[in-house]
Amino acid sequence: MSKPLLAWLGRHKREMPPAVALLGVLLAVMVAAPSFFGAGNLRDLALNNAPVLLVALGMTLVILVGEIDISVGSQFAVCSVMAGVLAKAGVPMVLVPLIVIAIGAGMGALNGALVGLLGLPSIIVTLAMLVAWRDALRWATDGAWVQDLPANFQWFGLSPSVAQAVIVLIAIAILIVAGWALRNLRAGRGLYAVGSDEEAARLAGIDSRGVTFGVFVVTGALVGLAATLNAVRFNAVPSNAGIGLELQAVAAVVVGGTAITGGRGTLLGTLLGVLLLGTIGTAMTYVGISPFWAKAIQGLIILAALVADAALARLERHGSLFRRAPVVAR
Amino acid sequence: MLLRATDVAKAYAGVQALRSASLELRAGEVHALVGENGAGKSTLIKILTGAVQPDAGDFSLNGEPLGRLTPRSAKALGIAAIYQQPALFPELTVAENIALGIERTGRWGRVDWHERHRRAEELLKRVGARIDPERDAGELSMPQQQLVEIARALGADARVLILDEPTASLSKEDTDNLFRVVRELRASGVGMIYISHRLEELPVIADRVTVLRDGTTIATREMAQVNREQLIQMMVGRELSAVFPKRAVPLGDTVLELRRVGSEAAGVSDLDLTVRAGEIVGLSGLVGAGRSELARTVFGLTPADEGEILVRGKPVHISSPADAIANGIAYVPEDRRRHGVVLEMPVSENVTLAALDNLSRFGAFDFRRERELAAEYTRRLGVKTPSIRALVSTLSGGNQQKVALSRWLVTKPAVLILDEPTQGIDVGAKSEIHELMMELAEQGVAILMISSELPEILGMSDRIAVMHGGTIVSVLDRAEATPERVLARALGEHTREFAAAVAAGEGAP
Repeated sequence: MSKPLLAWLGRHKREMPPAVALLGVLLAVMVAAPSFFGAGNLRDLALNNAPVLLVALGMTLVILVGEIDISVGSQFAVCSVMAGVLAKAGVPMVLVPLIVIAIGAGMGALNGALVGLLGLPSIIVTLAMLVAWRDALRWATDGAWVQDLPANFQWFGLSPSVAQAVIVLIAIAILIVAGWALRNLRAGRGLYAVGSDEEAARLAGIDSRGVTFGVFVVTGALVGLAATLNAVRFNAVPSNAGIGLELQAVAAVVVGGTAITGGRGTLLGTLLGVLLLGTIGTAMTYVGISPFWAKAIQGLIILAALVADAALARLERHGSLFRRAPVVAR
Repeated sequence: MLLRATDVAKAYAGVQALRSASLELRAGEVHALVGENGAGKSTLIKILTGAVQPDAGDFSLNGEPLGRLTPRSAKALGIAAIYQQPALFPELTVAENIALGIERTGRWGRVDWHERHRRAEELLKRVGARIDPERDAGELSMPQQQLVEIARALGADARVLILDEPTASLSKEDTDNLFRVVRELRASGVGMIYISHRLEELPVIADRVTVLRDGTTIATREMAQVNREQLIQMMVGRELSAVFPKRAVPLGDTVLELRRVGSEAAGVSDLDLTVRAGEIVGLSGLVGAGRSELARTVFGLTPADEGEILVRGKPVHISSPADAIANGIAYVPEDRRRHGVVLEMPVSENVTLAALDNLSRFGAFDFRRERELAAEYTRRLGVKTPSIRALVSTLSGGNQQKVALSRWLVTKPAVLILDEPTQGIDVGAKSEIHELMMELAEQGVAILMISSELPEILGMSDRIAVMHGGTIVSVLDRAEATPERVLARALGEHTREFAAAVAAGEGAP
């Protein structure tokens, strides 16, 4: 292999396990059920996973700084309903996504302020938000769907095939831009530094509280976008969208090789994680395994990812899987 | 002889903490152990309590040779230590704390609550503490917690009691009370090793004294036969084993000036200090005197809430590290492994972490410039690394420190604050860092160096500011600084001299 390629592989060894697993799944399906690769199925997979990808992208940033956001599913529901309500109230369809993104960013800012500025533990803050937004929404809507939407709501009034392409392209474009920014902008570097060692980052003059605040805001905004892109696929908006989305997102990030303790991981890995977890369920039905197994298999994949991560860290630290860490005295 | 430790040696990652330390403790004596920061007192204590395994040394208790000491066996032998910061479980009651680990329980581990209460009361009475055994330990004052710890040690039948700076944060009254307890324990045959930086209390409480210096026992004397000047002499009286690359540098304008600066959060106040371009000012003092706290205040980590900080004669407002960096101040912190570098990042990214603004063009990152900078500084500082992409965690301590330094050199600072720049690194890397400091001074950087190593302070500094109790008590010129003078001021002697000087109409010394 050429030298730059080897170096690239060396830098991305954390993404190798999901890449290999995804390849394995795709090969197995290719042999056992080639119809999986039909255009219709691929389109459905892409449309189903585009919103998950956007949310998982935000989640990657949050986890990279060493925090977590489990309120994304509830934020997603609020944003979905808001998209419907705004459209129904006569807001022009071009403005709806922008306003919903702002609403998502606002919810993210609330998380970010509590975690980043007040220093509260993110798991508890976002757990509270998960419950609060979900139940506030249930109270506000009485569980009713938003119906009788204007005609230009579904597919933004475009032809379905054009709109579908737009949705998938938006998700891919944002992934590419975010990936570039994470690597090339000073904010991206700061994010890794804060996740590796917050105090060291602070001592290097990086505004760690601002970075933490920022990732929650960005995540909220991405949730708003994802919710809009998901809502316009139908002509009615359910009030219970996004249940379990936080688990899907966290799982994809972890499976994609991002360290749950922060500081290490890439969006490429997250993309692989989303693709792996997003295709395995469908792939199994094509191969003929009962779909009831899908969740269990996904759980196994998450466990395998954690074990692989721990094994990798152990290997890096002392070159063996089984020897105990040397006791370092001071 | 109750406890005898002979020729104890211990090295941590190449740094010799103890070379040949010996200590003999009689039953029923208070034996003071003194030495500078880093003389090896803590290490010796850790070895005696089994927390750390020595590389060499013989130990005996009541004439019986001891094998390997572990925390458990030390406890079983009746060796207990009480540290400056009490280590009780704050959520448990006093009685529970005392009972932990020493209590015999009934069948199936059933607790006899009455017995536990009675025993706690009895032990507390022995140390003269009027404390309700059913109170939560966390509610007690620090001196009270200390007494509970002593009671617990007695409950475990401690015959050897190690007191590590027990009076460091006690009031006069609490100190007197503690001494009363110590005397009673002495009368009952307990041998006590007493560590203290307060030399003035030693004649009051100690029977004998052992002086440690550079990991070696210098002497053991009857307390009545030595005075404090002799003790200080023994603590510092070493030849300068290292040669420092100190050169005379023409001094420029004052770059950093502190005017009555204080920070309540950091516990420092009334700081007056100037550092000129090309000057190296050493900041000396004992652990807890407020040296790092001064640095953290200037760097905006614990922003000053009183006084003025001036950079190049202009008052500046520093409320965060970013402000400090914008004003040309750089800070290489003490705990290098934790905060000076980001261990899980490559060398190149560590080098540029504090200068990300300079490396961004239109918001985009200049990777080529980053590689160039990393290559340039690793070469200039002689960082031994396989590649600039290697993770910093894989480098040796000295090389990590050079990476921490180069991060700040990239920002071209006007003021460089170094906190223990050569702590725990090998001799070669040490002198390279000293040489580097000289080069920076020659380029006009104003350097403030915190160090616990007196030879380093004396060898590298143009002036030496000595801290005690959260403020700068004395500034000595290179010519007038001697180890004895610096240490005496660090120990808090200034007050007497100050009073004498004021009386003589000379103003502050």
